[in-house]
Amino acid sequence: MNILDPHGPIAAANKTILIDSVAIMLAIVVPTIVAIFAFAYYFRASNTRAFHLPNFAHSGRLELVVWSIPTLTIILLGGVAWIGSHELDPRVPVAGTGSPVRIQVVSLDWKWLFIYPDQRVATVNALTVPVGAPLQFDLTSASVLNVFFIPQLGSMIYTMNGMVTRLNLRADQEGSLQGLSAHFSGAGFPEMMFDVHVISPLDFPKWVEATAKSDNVLNADSYKQLSQQSIETGRPTYRLDDPTLFNDIVTLRIPPGPGPQLTDNLAKKGGALNVR
Amino acid sequence: MFGKLTLDAIPLHQPIPLVAGSFVIVAILAVLAWVVIAGHLPYLWREWITSVDHKRIGVMYSLLAMVMLLRGGTDAIMMRSQQAVAFHSEGYLPPEHYNQIFSAHGTIMIFFVGMAFMIGLMNLVVPLQLGVRDVAFPTLNSVGFWLTATGALLVNVSLVVGNFARTGWLPYPPLSELTYSPDVGVDYFLWALQISGVGTLVAGINLVTTVLKLRTKGMTYLRMPIFCWTTLASSLLIIAAFPILTATLAMLILDRYFGFHFFTNEGGGNVMMFMNLIWAWGHPEVYILVLPAFGIYSEIVPTFSGKPLFGYRSMVMATMAICIISFCVWLHHFFTMGAGPNVNAIFGIASMIIAVPTGVKIYNWLFTMYGGRVRFATPMMWSIGFMVTFIIGGLTGVLVAVPPADFLLHNSLFLVAHFHNVIIGGVLFGAFAGYSYWFPKAFGFRLHEGWGKAGFWFSLIGFYVTFVPLYAAGMLGMTRRLQHYDVAEWRPWIMAAGVGMILLVIGVLCQIWQLVVSIRHREELRDVTGDPWDGRSLEWATASPPPAFNFAVLPDVEGEDAYWAIKSRAREQGLLRSEPEYKDIEMPRNSPTGFVCAFFATIMGFALIWHIWWLVALGGFGAFVTFIVFAWRDHDEYIIPAAEVARIDRANREVRLAAISHARSPS
Repeated sequence: MNILDPHGPIAAANKTILIDSVAIMLAIVVPTIVAIFAFAYYFRASNTRAFHLPNFAHSGRLELVVWSIPTLTIILLGGVAWIGSHELDPRVPVAGTGSPVRIQVVSLDWKWLFIYPDQRVATVNALTVPVGAPLQFDLTSASVLNVFFIPQLGSMIYTMNGMVTRLNLRADQEGSLQGLSAHFSGAGFPEMMFDVHVISPLDFPKWVEATAKSDNVLNADSYKQLSQQSIETGRPTYRLDDPTLFNDIVTLRIPPGPGPQLTDNLAKKGGALNVR
Repeated sequence: MFGKLTLDAIPLHQPIPLVAGSFVIVAILAVLAWVVIAGHLPYLWREWITSVDHKRIGVMYSLLAMVMLLRGGTDAIMMRSQQAVAFHSEGYLPPEHYNQIFSAHGTIMIFFVGMAFMIGLMNLVVPLQLGVRDVAFPTLNSVGFWLTATGALLVNVSLVVGNFARTGWLPYPPLSELTYSPDVGVDYFLWALQISGVGTLVAGINLVTTVLKLRTKGMTYLRMPIFCWTTLASSLLIIAAFPILTATLAMLILDRYFGFHFFTNEGGGNVMMFMNLIWAWGHPEVYILVLPAFGIYSEIVPTFSGKPLFGYRSMVMATMAICIISFCVWLHHFFTMGAGPNVNAIFGIASMIIAVPTGVKIYNWLFTMYGGRVRFATPMMWSIGFMVTFIIGGLTGVLVAVPPADFLLHNSLFLVAHFHNVIIGGVLFGAFAGYSYWFPKAFGFRLHEGWGKAGFWFSLIGFYVTFVPLYAAGMLGMTRRLQHYDVAEWRPWIMAAGVGMILLVIGVLCQIWQLVVSIRHREELRDVTGDPWDGRSLEWATASPPPAFNFAVLPDVEGEDAYWAIKSRAREQGLLRSEPEYKDIEMPRNSPTGFVCAFFATIMGFALIWHIWWLVALGGFGAFVTFIVFAWRDHDEYIIPAAEVARIDRANREVRLAAISHARSPS
């Protein structure tokens, strides 16, 4: 999950900005730290050879320098921040090969639901995407806040009940990655890790076809079942019965999930964390 | 009769809180028993509990902070050790404990360690530096302290009665709403902070009034020590920001107690508004903490460099610039919530702009050492350690202020490492620097240097060994608040951080032992002159510990570094200024108002948490009656006769004169 090992253009651009910003700052931070040690050591009381300026407290020239160095650095970095914020706005579509894949993400307690409305399939805790295609995520939450984050694909974003956030990513290498929730969401929060399978564009339709044959059906009823708190150890797949399901969740036509059931003395009751 | 409170609330089946709680209760009872049996109770009541002396209140704030540091530190030990063992396993802390522990750790460290330590040092020092006899509202000061103590007490009561919040140190809805957190944990958080928030607000009002209205003759704004400036800036921020916190928490209280829908998922509530409001307080809050620390360094670096502070006016400008800009950056706490690029970029740039005045401060301290004679006493060690550490924390802070970089680092252990880097490296180092610097002023003897330096080195190295690995874990995508994990690449970094934690603990133990050794050897460490460090500001112009009235005659100030000017003249002439004409001094009488008020506030807070409504009424009524009784008091001052003042001052003049002639003698 190393963010310095990006597997897509967004993560690569995030990383470039990160490295550039550090480099710009190191240019003044390193000399300053060296100067602190040097001044403290050279002007130590026991060093009688050091010159002594007991009343040196003002110098217009030095103060000009002192205000300009950080100001210039910040002007440079501010430019990076301004341009970067616009280029890497999560809502801006990413170019790619093939047709975009729309994915609707719902954070549940404590698992992730991925709905592919165009393919009419859905999965839990396993995201399968074709390599190189633009990925368009619409995200929401069934109850409490979470953050959808695949470190090696870049840019994380919050999921919030009753609201949709948007995120555009692209994966450039086939293989398996891991994603996680980056916002605490209750007792089962550490279980919100999910798999990301980046497969070839030729395999993707096959995967859709196989998934669509799933015995499980996702509709309002089975969604309500799913939105109960639980820890998901398997990777269930669903045939999407109701393509407007995501919309119904976001508009609260389906009410918020029961959420984390934090009762007093969870331990006494043998743990309320259902492991499925 | 007892609302939601039943015997089930006491965690008899959960060994960890029970043992910890029982240990604390036994310790408190033992101390109380000792106090009563040894007959110290009247002394404590008269000299400390009811004291309205700013120095005593400052000491009590600092003591509260140090005790709470041990509690918050214990939480930290448990978190680090849990993560060290919870690889492919559940560890030893189940989620419902672990989640309380990180919530309590943050709450305690910010509100009852950082805030309490800084307000304590400001209380102790600012009136002395301004050359006055007390703060503007001495009794209110006592009320503020005791209400802070109430908050700390309520947080700790949650250890044995009920439970604390499991939501993180800021209770983000909707998780903190009644639907998802039906227990009393969040209520403990809310009422502890509402009550101590009142205490913080009155402390802020008191300090602002003191700085603006009570300065000795000649102490113009641009002659005040920088610590007074940072106190002013920090207290202005308290006054502006804490009402936002109170209002935000009040809205959450309305949601939880009366079914309102400010932040709920349903009924038109909006969780984003909570983030918005809480951080509109939360970001100024970090400057409330760190500005006084900047002030402390600005006192220590010149003293131990034997030079005036470089760029005094720059420093004042930088301080006030930080004070204002800190209100324009709060959105950087939720760049990843999907605000547009313009909003993100503007708040990102505003956040970076704060780095400019902060950078200026670093350079000013640097040039203060230039051409000086730097003495490496413990306070100076903390200050140099701070300068280096804080620059690194500033670098990572500016990094997460760049929105696209934050998209990778938000909520990760990188962020955790960043804010510990600035809060430990900035605020806590500052508190320890101030503690070792002003301890002789407060108690009349210095702290042991050897143990102090050992404490410094263990803390400094321990800090890096703990938090550099957490930066690395954050770069590997590890997010905060994980009770367990299965990712192998995180594991070595978490283990390394555990080792660092051990070093930090040794650092704390060194400082506890330093205090013990110093008390035992207090006669050897005695500060007879009142000026142990060759200081420059007015707190060093009076005896250590200062008499209740601080100054026999309020000093005249003729420039910056007020005491340095007085001392230099005396050294040149070999004489003190001629003996002043002593007069009777009026001082405020002690008052139990603060303690009694806080007693009733504690009852009320506890009753509100458990929905015991009759007890709420009783506590509220008691607090109100206390206020009425205080408001109708007839005698609020007592007189210290001129003869007594003269006796105390002459004793101090004598040792100072001896010190001056000693300094002038050729040997």
